Amino acid sequence: MSIETILIQGLMLGGLYALLATGLSLVFGVMRLVNLSHGDFVVLSAYLALLVVQGTLAPLWLAFACVLPVMMGLGYVLQRGVFNRLLEGDPMRPLLATFGLSIIVQNALLLGFAADTQLLPSGDLAFRALGIAGLSVGVLPLITFGVAIAVIAGLNWLLYHTRLGRNLRAASDDPAILDAFGVSNRHMFAVASALAFATMCIAGILMAMRSNFDPFIGPGRLLIAFEVVIIGGLGSFWGMLWGGILLGLAQVIGAAIDPGLQFLAGHLAFFVMLMLRPKGLFPRVDHG
Amino acid sequence: MRRHLDILLPVVVLLGVFALAQTLPTAQLRQLTEFLIFLALALNWNLLAGYAGLISVGQQAFVGIGAYTLYVGTALMGWPILAAVGLSAVVAAVFAMVVFPVLFRLRGPQFAIGSWVLAEMCLLAVANTEKLGAGTGIGLPIKIARAMGSSRADREMFIFLVVLALVVIIFIGSVLFLRSRAGYGLLAMRDDEGAAESVGVSPVPLKMGVYVATAAITGAIGAAVLLFKLRVTPGSAFSLIDWTAFVIFIVIIGGQGRIWGPVLGAVLFFGLRNTLADFGALYLILLGAIAVLIMVASPSGLSGLIEGFIAKWRVPPQERKL
Repeated sequence: MSIETILIQGLMLGGLYALLATGLSLVFGVMRLVNLSHGDFVVLSAYLALLVVQGTLAPLWLAFACVLPVMMGLGYVLQRGVFNRLLEGDPMRPLLATFGLSIIVQNALLLGFAADTQLLPSGDLAFRALGIAGLSVGVLPLITFGVAIAVIAGLNWLLYHTRLGRNLRAASDDPAILDAFGVSNRHMFAVASALAFATMCIAGILMAMRSNFDPFIGPGRLLIAFEVVIIGGLGSFWGMLWGGILLGLAQVIGAAIDPGLQFLAGHLAFFVMLMLRPKGLFPRVDHG
Repeated sequence: MRRHLDILLPVVVLLGVFALAQTLPTAQLRQLTEFLIFLALALNWNLLAGYAGLISVGQQAFVGIGAYTLYVGTALMGWPILAAVGLSAVVAAVFAMVVFPVLFRLRGPQFAIGSWVLAEMCLLAVANTEKLGAGTGIGLPIKIARAMGSSRADREMFIFLVVLALVVIIFIGSVLFLRSRAGYGLLAMRDDEGAAESVGVSPVPLKMGVYVATAAITGAIGAAVLLFKLRVTPGSAFSLIDWTAFVIFIVIIGGQGRIWGPVLGAVLFFGLRNTLADFGALYLILLGAIAVLIMVASPSGLSGLIEGFIAKWRVPPQERKL
């Protein structure tokens, strides 16, 4: 593989990884909650889309339009019904509860869909490529990258230029004060969770169009999302894009050396970055 | 009296287990050994998470390292089995010492996922190493299996005794440790880290000590796992579900941060498993649901509920420290 091909592939993979990470970053940023079932809900969205496509023969974009509100609703309800009850006290509680949830989702998927690997049918989209400056770039990876930039830009606009975003940031800084001003922080947390689930749904469906999935790949996606968040830092969503690209590049370089080394190289890059920049490329600034 | 009870009671119970083992047929003895393996892992994880506040989701790294080190020690280097079990503990401890400073840059919940990434790395590294059987795994040569005992019953008894010895070491070790100066420091830190630091407890060496010690024991358990299974693959030696998820369930159900919690949890876990394991995925969903429910409703688990119940009837209420 030429160096240009490796670079462009790593870049494109980085887009998908950034998408995987934005939800995790949003939830951690607003609620300080680390959701160990993050990857499993990404996979759940892919299965729901598959269910719609196979059941109704609807095109994929229509399936996406059906699954997105379902996932957002699930995110809202889970936050209000479960996660909100875990935010105070021992930090071990949310961690272990979401770990239990992860096992539940994986095995529910196994019961519902069996262990077979699946792929979301995307027509010929997965095979089409564009020639850009003498390089062949897959159309689907390019779309994924574009979507990643759009999602991150959209979240930034939402958080910093709308009333809802102001309330979300206030809920992150001081939930009690927000309550005193008549905005329910429990509702705000649930809205943040719904937004996170929306990004997870987008990431899940794009991921399932380009590579095989089965009920047990969720934890692997969680680890990637987590690595991107730590490499990128919690200060800016754009950090997710840089973190994703760095991880994507490391994996593609690893795979070019030996196909068995793809994920090992990614994890290695994560630990090197953890040693060099423990707070990430874009650290959170505490305003006190 | 109470001071001695904490040591005496486990000794009596474990002597009882030892006596019981002499009467059991081989198949039941194997079950008992498996029970003790999970109990040992649970006691370890409880010390790590319940006392030192280090929530690790990556303990399977040390089980795997222990299992593969036993293979290297016995099959490749020709060491006696017990010496190789010791080697497994040492290698796991050294590995823990090397990675802790990096891992500890991740605080709280992030430490959990960091430890998980580390275990994945170990799995992938072993799966890419031809000398360690790569993805197909390794089996203990027949010669070494024979060295454990000439008959099947002898071999099972040998493995049982190794695992029982490990449980004794962990149990007595953690009771003695929690009563030492360092142990009180740890308990103080668990209750209020800032206050503990202000009276001279330094958290980092203490946490690192617990991390390395539990890694050593977990490595030795990993060695016992290979003796028990005779054959492991990277996937089974570094299994998240077997060596961490089940262990976490045991501790959550029983009650974390209490010395008797894991024992209660392990008994319940095995009871559930023996009655419901045929349901496969449904059984795991049930375990997951129990974990979520306990975390939402009663984070101190069953032993917490029982303690609450006892405290209601006892006047004046006494706080148990262990």
